[in-house]
Amino acid sequence: MIALVGRDLRLALRSGGGFGLGLAFYLLVAVLVPLGVGPAPATLAAIAPGILWVGALLACLLSLDRLFALDAEDGSLDLLATAPIPLEGVVAAKALAHWLTSGLPLVLAAPVLGLLLHLPPPGYGPLVLSLLVGTPALSVIGAFGAALTVGLKRGGLLLSLLVLPLYVPTLIFGAEIVKRAAAGLDSAAPMLLLAGTTAGAAAILPFAAAAAIRINLR
Amino acid sequence: MTGGAALRVTDLACARGGVTVLDGLTFDLLRGQALVLRGPNGIGKTTLLRTLAGLQPPIRGQISLPPESLAYAGHAEGVKAVLTVEENLRFWAAIHGHRDIEAALRAMELAPFRDRQARYLSAGQRRRLALARMLVAARPVWLLDEPAVSLDAASVAGFARVVTAHLAAGGAALIAAHGDIGLPGAPTLELAPYRLTRAPRGAFDEAFG
Repeated sequence: MIALVGRDLRLALRSGGGFGLGLAFYLLVAVLVPLGVGPAPATLAAIAPGILWVGALLACLLSLDRLFALDAEDGSLDLLATAPIPLEGVVAAKALAHWLTSGLPLVLAAPVLGLLLHLPPPGYGPLVLSLLVGTPALSVIGAFGAALTVGLKRGGLLLSLLVLPLYVPTLIFGAEIVKRAAAGLDSAAPMLLLAGTTAGAAAILPFAAAAAIRINLR
Repeated sequence: MTGGAALRVTDLACARGGVTVLDGLTFDLLRGQALVLRGPNGIGKTTLLRTLAGLQPPIRGQISLPPESLAYAGHAEGVKAVLTVEENLRFWAAIHGHRDIEAALRAMELAPFRDRQARYLSAGQRRRLALARMLVAARPVWLLDEPAVSLDAASVAGFARVVTAHLAAGGAALIAAHGDIGLPGAPTLELAPYRLTRAPRGAFDEAFG
């Protein structure tokens, strides 16, 4: 399974686009929103937590359709399904690789983009922490969506529609953490709920995704 | 497993796209034997191999074999274009819990291309890489779907040598093939008698025959 994570990381780095695409999108959102909304610091500070979380979520969504589709096209998925590692493990490893290549860069870039959006100083720590805790859920939920649509031509559209409602709890809790922290309030409750969402998704969805892939391979 | 059977298929029916294509298929694949599946296009050779590999459930019948003993190579090679030959092979070796890929590289004569990205390989070289993957998988029963496609005469001979060595080591192989695969002594299994006849379709063909 480590080999699978390593291979996916290498593939993401070699084929260029996949790695930087989400990050570039996130940067664009953070740069364009102040231009559209106007430079008033009070307005920007009020919407910054929401924008930073919505941007991260959509950036994660960008690279999801390639998660299993590329392996299905070149036959690797068939071979992985007959390999000695369980398909659930394959899903978990691929979700982890997806998080490392698209989730983690967003977490690291978020404080810099927070500056562009006049995020109040107490919000930075919780912003990074909430993204660190929340983005793995985006990758695992996304892996489930990608598994459901793996056999379909142009499954990307269906994938976004399937995955978006499942992203809602993560978005609400995540943005709430940053909003409260920026206003100087206690954010422990939404943080626990966010962590619970991630833990639940990571525990259940690899099994669901593996079942979906088995059906789609037929 | 009784006797020398590496794979035993009993009264198997399998379907493609919801339509049953093969029915009543019974055969044993013995250790040290390469069985060649023959039949016209669309008879269900690939469907049979995918069913045996566990990628789709059979409609009916039994497939008995020891667990974790199959290695499958389909039409699609599962080769990543941006990885080198060595990286591709090392990945599959690691997945199957092995480290040594040198023997496989040598056997399929891929050693000169080990640092080349797979996208610069010719079709025949990619095929050989897919077959090298079977060697690093190190499993007793090989399911090969058209293994000799795009191989030149020398490579077919090389393929036959590798399969013969695998059989000599107690392995077995089930090979779907149209052309020459360099194994003249191998028994064949003609799939045509097991084709499920569908009355409406037959009547349609007769009307135009």
